[in-house]
Amino acid sequence: MSTAAPLSRAEMAQRVAADIPPGSYVNLGIGIPTSVSNYLTAEQDVILHTENGLLGMGPEAHGDEIDDDLINAGKIPVTEAIGASYFHHADSFGMMRGGHLDIAVLGAFQVSITGDLANWHTGEPGAIPAVGGAMDLAVGAKNVFVMMELTTKKGQPKLVEALTYPVTGLGCVTRVYTEVAVFDIDRTTGVSVTELFGPTTVDDLRTLTNLPLTDATGKG
Amino acid sequence: MRGVMVSKIFDSVDAALADIRDGATIMIGGFGTAGQPVELIDGLIRHGARDLTIVNNNAGNGEVGLALLIKSGFVRKIICSFPRQTDSQIFDETYRAGKIELEVVPQGNLAERIRAAGAGIGGFFTPTGYGTLLAEGKETRTIDGRDYVFESPLRADYALIKAHRADRLGNLVYRKTARNFGPVMATAAATTIVQVPAIVELGQLDPENVITPGIFVNRVVLIEKEAE
Repeated sequence: MSTAAPLSRAEMAQRVAADIPPGSYVNLGIGIPTSVSNYLTAEQDVILHTENGLLGMGPEAHGDEIDDDLINAGKIPVTEAIGASYFHHADSFGMMRGGHLDIAVLGAFQVSITGDLANWHTGEPGAIPAVGGAMDLAVGAKNVFVMMELTTKKGQPKLVEALTYPVTGLGCVTRVYTEVAVFDIDRTTGVSVTELFGPTTVDDLRTLTNLPLTDATGKG
Repeated sequence: MRGVMVSKIFDSVDAALADIRDGATIMIGGFGTAGQPVELIDGLIRHGARDLTIVNNNAGNGEVGLALLIKSGFVRKIICSFPRQTDSQIFDETYRAGKIELEVVPQGNLAERIRAAGAGIGGFFTPTGYGTLLAEGKETRTIDGRDYVFESPLRADYALIKAHRADRLGNLVYRKTARNFGPVMATAAATTIVQVPAIVELGQLDPENVITPGIFVNRVVLIEKEAE
């Protein structure tokens, strides 16, 4: 997928959805990652996990479908897909921690070049800490995909040498999707750029992030 | 000698909660409002025990149930994974006023600490939280090249949970994602108190489908108001 302009959030979600292998068990984090489900196809047969106790989560519920006993991790009413199953919280997190989920898609404040993830706490004085399932998802899934803008609103890169925000999980992120590029993170070989969106070049990304990025776009 | 028929059914919420003392640790089921035993919580507020430690995934939503309990001033400490939400204004105010102590636990560690207590496990090493602020001061160990942090069991004096159906022996089934913490909390408390919208005759629950066996349940209260 090569595009003339950086990706919109919807296009990022579409891009992530296209990379999920058929038959995968997937957990989509709260926020932008949730929108990935809009682009999963029936042929992909992806089974969505929600940590509050459901495998086989269907689309968001509307109107008469709304049932207070059937919500997702973001506490939004959802539906159950055919073939769904329910389980209690310890089993649900055992699924995660035990490495049974194929992919978790999460948002992030920062990701480091060794795959460390910061997404639970800004660390600001006065902020009330709330972790939910973020740390469990980070360490549990076989692959952790992050979806985020490459920079903060102030233009600071969020892909960094070392985290400055509080850690969620160490060495857990395997791929980062941004509006301008996709990055693969390998703990031994480092970070490579596998895809670019819009006019940005790998050199631009090296300048912006000040990181030793490998060009794996096949064009360099 | 004829046996006495076991029945865990209590006539009222107030009777079921009557022996809760000041300083008790109480687990409350529910994820957000799904599975939250609102009528039992209302009963706890009426009962008036103070200085409570509450274990729940959240710290209350809106102005009802757990949020109202926090507002009552009876909660000294809350152990939870996700206090801050769009509708957690009561907790937020109470916390910022310094009137409640907060222990944040990653959600899976919270569930497993409760499970461990109920299963007689003296703690466990988990990868969740390793290297984070929430593992500070805790024992760590590297096992087969992976780093783990030690977490202790979490038990309670009481568990207040909501189920879908119960029989007089306390066998329970739940409904959809309202199950959440109910089954593990039921195992981890000295006294487990359950509210259900319907009590069925013995034999009406399929033994293959019972989720919480009655051994884990002490008191069952019928709360009929929910029309289902």
